[in-house]
Amino acid sequence: MARSTGKDAQALFHSLRSAYAATPTTLKIIDLYMGFAVFTALIQVVYMAIVGSFPFNSFLSEVLSCVGTAILAVCLRIQVNKDNKEFKDLPPERAFADFVLCNLVLHLVIMNFLG
Amino acid sequence: MARSPLRFLVLILAISICHAAGIFHPISDSHRSAALDLFKPVDGSFASLEEAYEALRTFEVLGIEKTAELSKAICKSVLGTLESSSSTPKDLFHALGVNGILKCSSKEETFEGIISSLQAVVRDANSLLDFYYSIGSLRLIKDQTSKTDLHLSDAEGTFRSIKALSQSDGRWRYSSNNPESSTFAAGIALEALSGVVSLASSEIDQFMIGAVKNDIVKLFDSIEKYDDGTFYFDEKLVNMREQQGPLATTSSVVRGLTAFSSVITESLNLPGDKILGIAKFFLGIGIPGDTKNFFDQVDLLACLENNRVSIPLILSLPSTVISLTKKDSLKVKVNTVLGSHAPPLTVTLVRAFSSSARDNSIIENQELKFDPQDAVYFLDDLPASFDVGEYIFVFKMLVQDSEQQTVYATGTLTQVPIYVTGLIKIENAKIAVLDSDLGSVETQKKLDLAGESTVSVSANHLQKLRLSFQMSTPLGNAFKPHQAFLRLRHETKVEHTFVVGSSGKKFEITLDFLGLVEKFFYLSGRYDIQLTVGDAVMENSLLREIGYVELDLPEPPENASRPPPQPVDPYTRYGPKAEITHIFRAPEKRPPEELSLAFLVLTILPLFGFIIGLLRLGVNLKNFPTSAVPATFAVIFHLGIAAVLLLYVLFWLKLDLFTTLKTLCFLGVFLMVVGHRTLSHLASASAKLKSA
Repeated sequence: MARSTGKDAQALFHSLRSAYAATPTTLKIIDLYMGFAVFTALIQVVYMAIVGSFPFNSFLSEVLSCVGTAILAVCLRIQVNKDNKEFKDLPPERAFADFVLCNLVLHLVIMNFLG
Repeated sequence: MARSPLRFLVLILAISICHAAGIFHPISDSHRSAALDLFKPVDGSFASLEEAYEALRTFEVLGIEKTAELSKAICKSVLGTLESSSSTPKDLFHALGVNGILKCSSKEETFEGIISSLQAVVRDANSLLDFYYSIGSLRLIKDQTSKTDLHLSDAEGTFRSIKALSQSDGRWRYSSNNPESSTFAAGIALEALSGVVSLASSEIDQFMIGAVKNDIVKLFDSIEKYDDGTFYFDEKLVNMREQQGPLATTSSVVRGLTAFSSVITESLNLPGDKILGIAKFFLGIGIPGDTKNFFDQVDLLACLENNRVSIPLILSLPSTVISLTKKDSLKVKVNTVLGSHAPPLTVTLVRAFSSSARDNSIIENQELKFDPQDAVYFLDDLPASFDVGEYIFVFKMLVQDSEQQTVYATGTLTQVPIYVTGLIKIENAKIAVLDSDLGSVETQKKLDLAGESTVSVSANHLQKLRLSFQMSTPLGNAFKPHQAFLRLRHETKVEHTFVVGSSGKKFEITLDFLGLVEKFFYLSGRYDIQLTVGDAVMENSLLREIGYVELDLPEPPENASRPPPQPVDPYTRYGPKAEITHIFRAPEKRPPEELSLAFLVLTILPLFGFIIGLLRLGVNLKNFPTSAVPATFAVIFHLGIAAVLLLYVLFWLKLDLFTTLKTLCFLGVFLMVVGHRTLSHLASASAKLKSA
């Protein structure tokens, strides 16, 4: 039974990989950006776990910055994806402009909170 | 000229203190030196002629010399006033008064002009002060120029007008339209009336003079007195416009009285003890601190010195303390108020008794002998039965010449408190420590209270300390001093005082430490013993450190009272204070620097990973616009974003939120415009591609 589970997992993983290869490049860029952001957040959490959360506001601002920008990237991805029927009429440049603007506002707040 | 109630109160206080003494001294040298200090000329002369007159009259009475410059300066102002045509009768009065003392000018021409104007004032005057100043000036002129033919034009009429202002109680009004009467005004009126009598060409009607004499007698009915036999005049109404105090009022009345009595033929029958009482009142104030009071005092005493009513004689004692050890004798002086010699008198010591046993008189009717060299009456030896203590001596004096007896006022009896002092024998002094229950003596030491030696004893709380001695007077009687204290002082300066009790000649105190343990605050250690024995009549009063006692007291229980805090040496208040150590919040633990740097590098790593991933994906800039205008816009768009990010970095490093927001506003607007252009260009390009 374990072997079948393992084989199923392997088969699932392969199909996911092949399907992913079909996604357009722009979406892949956005995915990569998201991964970068989350990974940075993880490193920061590890650091905080080691040294303690003394300037807690700095830790929070850092985590929220990473998470926030990841969320905005997700929103961009949704809006830019051509397969998404909801946002068919929205030009991708507009979505990108929203993305840039929201990021700027987020980072202003983050910088203020950084201390 | 107005007096304040405060000054009157001070006066009463001074008088009440003098009452305790009971003795009045005539004018002495201390008065002369005080006069020189008080009457100091300002800028070579006095402020006004009135003040100059007061000063000069005082100097004249006391026999003080005036400096030549002072006389010259004052004379100049006197002559100026006399020659000026605008001088008021008041100015002339004071100027003439000064002239009488300094004798600046006696030329007839100076006075001619004044005489006629003064006569006119007398004729037309209707207020008391106008009469006073004008008549007084005319009288002074008559004395100074020896013009025997200077007379008032209508003496009787003037006398009548002044008399008309008198009241039924002997006081006078200042003018006919002023209903208030005053005793001070009575004095002024009497002086004016005496001036009228002396300036009259013929005799004034005796009936009117008799009426004035009645007024004087009625005035004396309103005299006030104190218990020590002093008399004075004072104003009845308190809220008059210019209130004179008792000194000025009495002085004015006596001045007027003596002036009037000197011009009439018969004598005024006034009780001599009241005149003597007035003299005592003025002598009892001592040395006044005010020029006006000083002048009033000295002028009145000068009036009383040689007056026709009765001349007061003052009995005084140079010393009221007689020392038995020095074998002092009792000395009595009798003088006039200004200190001159009195006529021959018989001074008798009527009674002498102890102040504690008033009924038992030790001496009776002893006549005092006269020593012509010192002008003093003395009693050679006090009888042997005089012991130390306080006594009261009662004196009586009588003028030897019986015809002169009415001329002088000697009073009836004068009571004087006398202190007889001597050495008190203190003997048999000893200090002992006793056992409490048995009463047996553990240690006993003799004390030498006259010498300097000290003793030391020790005791614990179960024992008693007893101090005893015997005191007796030179005659061997028992003596109870005012103070007999025993004081124990601990090393920590905590003190306890006890009164030494007595029975007859024996003085003893027993300190039972068992009962005193709590009072002593359970403080063990060394206690210094101090004995105080003192009295006013004891010539050898003592305050001596006898020695010390080592006291052993038990430990204080939990709730024992602590000794009171001793007074802190006041100089330690300004010394350095204790150091204050501040406690700061311990800083938070920070991670080591290397760790932080390592993680900084680790955080940058994902960025590189992102860029590498992008390259692997085959990211390209194909869509970047190539034509000029959109290209610039695109470039500016990217630069704008970079600028905003740079602004954020600056904001974190050093800028504040307000500057950042301001800059962000501009950048943001700029960015939005540019971005819109760029992205719309891209959008149209891709739309063209789709449609194509």
